Amino acid sequence: MNQTAIKIENVSKEYRLGAIGGGTLKGDLQSFWAKIRHKEDPNSIIGDNTGLSKGDRFMALDGVSFEVKKGEALGIIGHNGAGKSTLLKLLCRVTAPSGGTISYDGRIASMLEVGTGFHPELTGRENVYMNGAILGMTKAEIDKKFDQIVEFAEMEKFIDTPVKRYSSGMYVKLAFSVAAHLDSEIMIMDEVLAVGDMAFQKKCLDRMRDAAQLEGRTVLYVSHNMNTIRQLCNRCIVLSKGKVIFDGNVEEAIEVYMGQGIETPSNVDLSSLKRTQATLAPGVKLTGINVLENDIWKIRVGEKLKFSIEVEATENLTNIGYRSRLTCVDGTSVSVLLAPNLFSCKAGDKLTIPLEADISQLVPGRYCLTPVLYGVNQYGGWQFYDHIEKAVTFEVETKPGFNENMEWEQRWWGSVKLPEIVDLRTLGEK
Amino acid sequence: MESSNKKFQTVIEPKNGWFDLHLKELLQYKDLILLFVKRNFVSMYKQTVLGPLWAIIQPLLTTVVFTLVFGNIAGLAADGVPSFIFYLSGTILWTYFNQCLTQTANTFVANRQTLGKVYFPRLVMPISTVMSNLISLVIQFTFMVIFLVYYVITDQSCHPNLYILMTPLIVLQLAILSLGCGVIISALTTKYRDLAMLVTFGTQLWMYASPIAYDMNSMAVFAPGGKYHTLFMINPITPIVNLFRYAYLGLGEMEWIFYGISWIITLVVLFIGIILFSKVEKTFMDTV
Repeated sequence: MNQTAIKIENVSKEYRLGAIGGGTLKGDLQSFWAKIRHKEDPNSIIGDNTGLSKGDRFMALDGVSFEVKKGEALGIIGHNGAGKSTLLKLLCRVTAPSGGTISYDGRIASMLEVGTGFHPELTGRENVYMNGAILGMTKAEIDKKFDQIVEFAEMEKFIDTPVKRYSSGMYVKLAFSVAAHLDSEIMIMDEVLAVGDMAFQKKCLDRMRDAAQLEGRTVLYVSHNMNTIRQLCNRCIVLSKGKVIFDGNVEEAIEVYMGQGIETPSNVDLSSLKRTQATLAPGVKLTGINVLENDIWKIRVGEKLKFSIEVEATENLTNIGYRSRLTCVDGTSVSVLLAPNLFSCKAGDKLTIPLEADISQLVPGRYCLTPVLYGVNQYGGWQFYDHIEKAVTFEVETKPGFNENMEWEQRWWGSVKLPEIVDLRTLGEK
Repeated sequence: MESSNKKFQTVIEPKNGWFDLHLKELLQYKDLILLFVKRNFVSMYKQTVLGPLWAIIQPLLTTVVFTLVFGNIAGLAADGVPSFIFYLSGTILWTYFNQCLTQTANTFVANRQTLGKVYFPRLVMPISTVMSNLISLVIQFTFMVIFLVYYVITDQSCHPNLYILMTPLIVLQLAILSLGCGVIISALTTKYRDLAMLVTFGTQLWMYASPIAYDMNSMAVFAPGGKYHTLFMINPITPIVNLFRYAYLGLGEMEWIFYGISWIITLVVLFIGIILFSKVEKTFMDTV
C-alpha cells in the first residue's frame, strides 16, 4: 500500500500573458521584422512599460513537487488562480508542463468535466460507449460494466433516448457514472460533484471513498467545498500562486486555506475593519474586542470565554444589545452568544464592557465570532448599529482527558459536546 | 521506503522529441476511433428525412453542374465516354479528398472542448474523420457502379478492366494524402488561423489544377507532350484520378512513372504531417 502512485517533480507551467503571438502570421512577421532591425515592436501594447508587458510570463505552476501514495485520497485546495486546474490538466495530459516531470503508474480517469464527448444527437447508450472510450476503456470493458453504469445513474428507463432530451441532472448523473466505473488506478476530479441532487452527490462521494479505501485507487480531488474535501480526503495540499504552501492533514490544510492559521492577539481593533452589512444605523459603533486574562484568543476546552467590548457612542441610546454569531472557520454556524439590553449610552461615551460567555461545551477547534450591536428603532423593529463579519478567530485548545482521549470527529459529531448521558440507575443509587 | 528512481509506467515531460510518435498507443484506442466514426456518421444525418441519401445528392448535383457547364458548354469532357460518368468518377474522388482534408484541418479547433478536458492520442480525431468519410465514399461509389453497369450494358464505350482491383489502393492513397495535408494544416493553424481561411480557397484551386472538371487531353498545355505536362502530373491527385478513370472507364493511357512519384509525394506528406503534429500535439491546447 505504500507505493508511490504519482510523483510530481519540480513541475512548472508557464503561460504568456495577453495574446499568443500577434494572433496572426502577419503580426508575428511584423514583430520579427522589427526585431531584426532593432526597431520597436509595432504589435506591443502602447504605454505598457510596466512589468507586465507583452511577452511577459505568467507562472501558473512554479516548482510544484509532491508524491501521492497508492490508495490515498488527496484533496487540492486553493483560491481561484492558484493553479489547481492547471495541475490537473497537466496530470490528465491535456497539455504538457513547461518544466519538470510527472510520473505515474496505471491509467488516469479524468473528470475535469463530466460528459466529455457526449453528443446530443446520440442516445444515452451510445454516449456511454462514446464517453467510456474517450476515457480510455475498450468496448469489451464497457460491455461488462454497462449494467452497473446504468443502474448507478438510475437511468434504466431513459437509456435509449437521445441525451439532448435529458435534463441537466440526468446528463450529469449518467456522465459521472461512466467515469466512476472506469477501472483506472488514478481518478482525478475537478468539482464535478457540484451538480446533481443531494442524494446523488452523497452517492458519488461514497463511491469515491470506496474507490480509495476499499479498492486501493488513488483519488485526486479539487474542490472549493470544504465539506466534501473533509469527507473524501485523507490528505490535502494547498496551492497558492502556483506553489504548494501546505501539504498534510486535511483540517490544518483547510485552516491554512482559510488564511486563518495564525493566532489572534488579545486586542482586536474593530474600528478599521470593513462592515459588510449594508444598512447600519448610526449612533454607536464597536471599536475593539479584547480577550481577558490572556495574550491571544485561545481558551482551553471547558473554559469560559472572558472578553470585553469597546464601544463609542455618538447619540443617546438605550437598551442596546450585543450578540455574536459563533461559527466554525469554514462558515458553518455553531450558535449565537446573546447579551440583550446590555447597555445604554450618551453621545460621546466610550465604554468598555467586560463580558463572560459560557462556551465550555465547544469542542477543540477554531471558531469565528461575528459581533453585532443591535437595538429597537423608533418604529419598534430591530436594527443593527454595527456588524463585523468574522471579526475574531479564536481557538479552543484540547486538554488531556477530553472525551476520554478519543478524537472528536468534528465533521460527524458537530462542534458542541453536550453533557454525557446520565444512567438513571446510578442516579437512583446516589 | 522504495528507491526514488523507481520506474513509472508513464512519464510526462515538457517536450516531445521529433520521432516521439506513440503510434502503438493508437492501437489501444482503436475502439474509440470506431466510435468516433460511428458518431460522426450517425450525427451527420440525424433528423434529416433523406438520411444517408444526402451522401449521394451532393456529388450528384456537382456532377450535373460539371456535365452541363464544363461538359456541354465548354466541351472539356473526355471524348469517347459519356460525360456524366466521366464527371461522376472525378467528383466522388475529389469530394472524398476535399471533405477529409477540410475536416481534418479543422479537427482541433472544432473539438477543442473535448480535447481540452481529456487525454487520448490526438491523432485519433483526424484518423476517425478520414474513416467516417469513407462511408460516404462507399455509398457514392456504389451509386457510380450502378451507372457504370448501365452504360456498359447499353454499350456506351465504357471499358472497365482488371485495374479496378487497384481500387483499395486508390482510396488508401487518397486517405493518406488528405490525412497528411489536413494534419499539416491543423498543426499550423493551432497558432495561425489565417491558414484555415485559405483552406477552402486552396482546395478549390487545387481542384482546378487536377483533372476533375475537365479531361487532361482537352487542355493542350497539360496533355502528354504539352508544355506543362510534367508539372501537371506532379500534382499527386492527377495520377490517382487518371488511374481511377483508366480502370473503370478505360480512358487514356497510364503513365506509371508519375503514379510512382505520386505515391512518394503522398508518403512524404504523411511523414511531414505526423512529425509536425507530434511537435505541437502536447501543448496545442494552450494556443488553439
